[in-house]
Amino acid sequence: MPVGLPRWVYVPAIVGAAFVLLPLVAIVAKVDWPSFGTLITSESSRAAFWLSLKTSTAATLLCVTFGVPMALVLARRDFRGLGVLRSLVLLPLVLPPVVGGLALLYTFGRRGLLGSELDALGIQIAFSTIAVVMAQTFVAMPFLVVSLEGALRTAGQRYEVVAASLGAGPTTVFRRITVPLVLPGLISGAVLSFARALGEFGATITFAGSLQGRTRTLPLEIYLQRETDPDAAVALALVLVIVAVLVIGFARQARSAL
Amino acid sequence: MTFELSAVVAERDVDLAFEVADGETLAVLGPNGSGKSTALAVTAGLVAPNPGRVVLAGRVLTDIGPGRPGTRVPPHARRTALLGQEPLLFPHLDALENVAFGPRSNGTPRSSARRDAQRWLDEVGVGELAGRRPTQLSGGQAQRVAVARALAAEPDLLLLDEPLAALDVAVLPALRQTLRRVLADRTAIVVTHDALDALLLADRVVVLSDGRVVEQGTSAEVLSRPRSPFAARLAGLNLVAGTWRDGGVETRDGLRAYGLVEGEPPAQGQGAIATFRPSAVAVFRDPVEGSPRNAFQVTITEIEPLADLIRVHADSLHADVTVQAAAELLLEVGLRVTFLVKATEVSVYPR
Repeated sequence: MPVGLPRWVYVPAIVGAAFVLLPLVAIVAKVDWPSFGTLITSESSRAAFWLSLKTSTAATLLCVTFGVPMALVLARRDFRGLGVLRSLVLLPLVLPPVVGGLALLYTFGRRGLLGSELDALGIQIAFSTIAVVMAQTFVAMPFLVVSLEGALRTAGQRYEVVAASLGAGPTTVFRRITVPLVLPGLISGAVLSFARALGEFGATITFAGSLQGRTRTLPLEIYLQRETDPDAAVALALVLVIVAVLVIGFARQARSAL
Repeated sequence: MTFELSAVVAERDVDLAFEVADGETLAVLGPNGSGKSTALAVTAGLVAPNPGRVVLAGRVLTDIGPGRPGTRVPPHARRTALLGQEPLLFPHLDALENVAFGPRSNGTPRSSARRDAQRWLDEVGVGELAGRRPTQLSGGQAQRVAVARALAAEPDLLLLDEPLAALDVAVLPALRQTLRRVLADRTAIVVTHDALDALLLADRVVVLSDGRVVEQGTSAEVLSRPRSPFAARLAGLNLVAGTWRDGGVETRDGLRAYGLVEGEPPAQGQGAIATFRPSAVAVFRDPVEGSPRNAFQVTITEIEPLADLIRVHADSLHADVTVQAAAELLLEVGLRVTFLVKATEVSVYPR
């Protein structure tokens, strides 16, 4: 028997858990079950669902592509300004998403920082599916970086030093030692990023707008339906909850299998 | 010389130089913080000296300093395999893949790397454990796999950092024999705390203290005629260092030791060393005079049990007495006593 907990701890713990779980119960209770099937298979619902899935997957891939090297630099290098850089990279974590969306708009939008250059190349990003993916990547990347940097620091460099002394170059060490050692952290980081991308709303609507089939993801669809067809909004909300639960379950499975 | 190192690492107060001949195993001894690990880190390319130069088998690995080219060969291209206190087997690979890691990194095809790996595992006596994950190996087995892994990389120089320090006493002798066998004709540096390792594994010894080489020679020479306090402690000997005056070794504190001079007697005023075993010391409560004896007036600083004896420390000198003697003499810390040693029990040689 480990050291006991103070008994009073249970009261706030139970209140907190109820606070998180009760709204989920309320959603389930509110669902109009007889028409659930038709509500979630309407054309606009399906379009939003697949758009969300595709863009979130793409955003997660981008997070891995750019987040893994960023985490490596943050965890393995030491230079002046590293602390400041880390704080800036993690800024989207605390920034209101709508501010992030505005920032993206003023960078990649037609009148933005890079807008005229992109325009000259015939590229228009704002209010496109690419903008959705960019908005999601912007807000989700810090989740991957934080969890992977922690995993890298915990794993330490001892195995990497041994591997190098056995003749393995930096890329071989990264591929055969570092990645396998931090795989659990990488997976949970990617899952968190995916979940964050799936739920992204503020930056998306600001930077990408709400065009059905092109930029209207599931959260945007739910927000719009809430006014015109609350039953559809609730049904879609439940779909999002189910996807979230599946993602968490999958992540747990993957982690314990390693 | 196949390996030469000279390195200054100012922030660690290290300034050393030593060499290892082709096929020779060098033991690096010294107290904690004496620079042993720094020497290995500089050799492996993990720490950059300034200035410093490392040459291995004709290749310049490090050459840093004013007017030097600033060469820094990265760790993976130095051909200096590391084996530490802990095996550090890659946890996601089985024993065979761990050993095959070096050859595969050097571009050997998978199947022949695995064949090599099996041969090295057989060589160190754990061939039947090839399919095991590191978590399924005992400490001794894991360290054997780690030895095989280091050898399989076919390094020009093997770096062993206290390879036996973390092992169970029960598996120690067998693994020491294995190391002795595989190190016999290899060029290697072994950092160790253990006199037995130095004697059995190494041809030559360097002793470090405060980041400097204070003594070097063949293992037998250093351990039988130590010149540094650390080597004397390793060899289990008392050491009195001073100058040769009127047929005895006189220390700065005025202590005088007489003994049997080995070889040519030192010249008057020359540095000299006297050593004797703690078991050759008799302890008395009262001052005793008598020839041919050495009498040291000392204050007891520590008393510790040592197998079936009691070791009495008085600053840098030690005496081993029986439990009965310690009880009869009512020995305690702070007591003034006399350490008596027969001159025939004391070896004297030039410093």
